[in-house]
Amino acid sequence: MKTSRAERAGTYTVLIVFTLFALYPMAAILVTALRSTELGQGGIHWENFAAAWTEARFGSYLTSSLIVSVAVVVSTVVLSVLAAYAFGTMRFRGRGLLFALLLLGLTVPGEAVVVPLYFDLRDLGLTDTYFSLILPQVAQSVAFGAFWMRTYFASTSRAVVEAARLDGAGHWQTLWRVLLPMGRPALVTLVVLVFMWTWNEFLLARVMITSEALRTAPLGLQFFSGKATTSVSLLAAASVLVALPVVLLYLFLQRHFIRGLVDGSLKG
Amino acid sequence: MAAGEPRRVGYLYILPAFLVYAVFLLIPLLHSGWLSLFDWDGLTPGRWIGLGNYAALVDGEGVIAAFGHVAVLLVFFAALPVSIGLVLATALHRFEVRGLAFFRTAFFLPQVVAMVVVAVAWQRIFSPDGALNDVLRAVGLDGLAHAWLGDSSTALLAVGVVGTWVQTGLATVLFLGGIGKIPGELFDAARLDGALARTEFRAVILPALRAEIGVALTLTVIAALRTFDLVYIMTPLGGPGGSTTVPAYEIYHRAFQSGQVGSAAAIGIVITVLAFSITFAITRITGGQRA
Repeated sequence: MKTSRAERAGTYTVLIVFTLFALYPMAAILVTALRSTELGQGGIHWENFAAAWTEARFGSYLTSSLIVSVAVVVSTVVLSVLAAYAFGTMRFRGRGLLFALLLLGLTVPGEAVVVPLYFDLRDLGLTDTYFSLILPQVAQSVAFGAFWMRTYFASTSRAVVEAARLDGAGHWQTLWRVLLPMGRPALVTLVVLVFMWTWNEFLLARVMITSEALRTAPLGLQFFSGKATTSVSLLAAASVLVALPVVLLYLFLQRHFIRGLVDGSLKG
Repeated sequence: MAAGEPRRVGYLYILPAFLVYAVFLLIPLLHSGWLSLFDWDGLTPGRWIGLGNYAALVDGEGVIAAFGHVAVLLVFFAALPVSIGLVLATALHRFEVRGLAFFRTAFFLPQVVAMVVVAVAWQRIFSPDGALNDVLRAVGLDGLAHAWLGDSSTALLAVGVVGTWVQTGLATVLFLGGIGKIPGELFDAARLDGALARTEFRAVILPALRAEIGVALTLTVIAALRTFDLVYIMTPLGGPGGSTTVPAYEIYHRAFQSGQVGSAAAIGIVITVLAFSITFAITRITGGQRA
């Protein structure tokens, strides 16, 4: 393709400007996290992370987030795979209608259900427990999960299923031993997306959780940033700790994030 | 849908997912509709007022203002990212750009960072002694330097800029994928005719990206409509002079701070209906490939 030298230079300039725009806020917070908490002292201060972890209690907040995220990811994946397998490979009365009902969940904003959820869970005595964070988030993610995995199951060939059956596999073995292992890429995408959504969730935790011991990382960060005594470096170090797990996962499994967020919405 | 074989056992497979989905999403949604018909403070018994809460939303200034703020945010969350995304994706496709993978990684990064962290990072940038004011002072525009988030005339715009920062990468990557699927002959034909970049954009790229533009608009418009974390942390308590209230903030505030649960539920129903209408309308207009 022919493009002028000026156009190339212009393109690279625009790209670099936008890259700086995209990276600057994160880079700035990383630099701040390494600065001394005392004014005027130079050097790199890794101990800010340790202080954020222990004194600012982010060790506890990150643990809560990990517990909730793992529980939500595992439950969502199992429930989604089971439902998607049926929707993608079996025929039963009302299948289309039930699937459409599930798709509704892709569009219902979590903000709209948080109020009734709070009062329902309060009546059950479940507010201020991990369950109050796990169960609603599984419900919100399972719609996407079933939709996403159904696309995979519907694309698998009948021949593979027939062959498995000739080998004496029932529908249960066919799912776990034959179809699911081949669907690993789709599965990994689902895992990273649900993990990211759950890890980053804030409003539900804000509403449900009152004990400090149960605070998730985003909720802990909001409390920490609201305290007047919080030092800028420690706040930055805590922010880095909160963002890091998902950012690292993104750097290693980038394609899955992009495919999930882009293809998922295109096919929806 | 792929033809499957008839199997009753299918019901058993979908049962667990449906149980959780119904109990923790569908029923709460219906419950929200029910609550929205009551005047209820969350503690004492409620009083049935029919559509009273909805009527009060239209009359009261609070909610109208919140939706007005969303209208401003739409420019920053949807219009700007989609426009910038189109330009960037087109530029990236004109010739073999070196480091394309790096640029894509960088642009998309804001999508994966927790909103709470994003809010903290940008709060620093907009603070009186933050980076933005440093830059303004360095180039001699001292007069413009001020507390961006503490001023009712700039707080909402500052939040909007962050929305642009978050959403531009998503739009760009969506469009890059779309342009990649355009058959090369279309570009060759346009170039043989001596088409300039601008003509090529209008004649080839824009029509081919209808579905992607639809998806980008749906996602970003709904993100603007739902925004909470960013606004709540960057500008606590609705911002200076209530200048950054948004519907999700009104839901939170009414249900859990000012004892107007019915009213909060009504706002929830309104944003749900809006989210469905927007998804439906944009899909219709851009003829997306949604089933």
